[in-house]
Amino acid sequence: MSEAKGIARGSAQRPLSPHLSVWRWHVTMATSILHRATGIALYVGVLIAAGWAVTLAAGPGAFGAYRALLASVLGQLVLFGLTVSLFYHLANGVRHLFWDAGRGLDPKTADMSGWASIVFGVVAAVLIWIIAFLKVGG
Amino acid sequence: MVTYRTSLGRARGLGSAKHGVGVWISERVSSFALVPLSLWAIVSGLSLSRVGYDGALAWLHSPLNAVLGALLFATSFQHMHAGLRVVIEDYIHTSGMKAGLLLANLFVCVLGGAIAVFCLLKVALIGGAV
Repeated sequence: MSEAKGIARGSAQRPLSPHLSVWRWHVTMATSILHRATGIALYVGVLIAAGWAVTLAAGPGAFGAYRALLASVLGQLVLFGLTVSLFYHLANGVRHLFWDAGRGLDPKTADMSGWASIVFGVVAAVLIWIIAFLKVGG
Repeated sequence: MVTYRTSLGRARGLGSAKHGVGVWISERVSSFALVPLSLWAIVSGLSLSRVGYDGALAWLHSPLNAVLGALLFATSFQHMHAGLRVVIEDYIHTSGMKAGLLLANLFVCVLGGAIAVFCLLKVALIGGAV
């Protein structure tokens, strides 16, 4: 509580961000929160991948059961969501790296790259799953 | 902006300025490494989706796959720890809860990374069920 008081004392005049209730919703706000949401989803995704490694090391019984779980309808839905999350987080992460280099920060470019990240996330994931179902490539 | 507060008064409570840059750079370095590694993960996931237990063993017997897999897990768990730490620091403001979640995040990532890398190496070096 003393920490909260200290912040309030020092920043009463400082503009606080983000004003979610008064700002018009725009794509850069969506990409920001989506980056966190997909990051948390991928946290679970890496734990699922770690589970794959553990069951593979454990033997064919455990591996078969884990594989059946991932092949179930729920498992496939989760894996598709993770594919979208990975492609989106990857594209938006590259966008962040450009920002860190001081490039692409003007509103027009930021809006455009934001939409590009969202579209890339969905389209690339759908494409990968089409390839997976057609059993070509890879 | 005119301010009548002393430099010390303004800096107090804002935290140390000595370690932030290192943390910031390590976040970017892991992001940069994960660009090729995650693309490799997608391609690997696609080929692994087509094979069963024996195929997965054979896949991991390739030194390239074993090394890249271990690197993928190590870098991912480091990146996950850094990312979730920022989320916890942003949204959780009660000190006990915050400390507990930060500790849990660290332990999950270190333990998860150790187990995942160990299992990959175990399969790569001595095979599946033994």
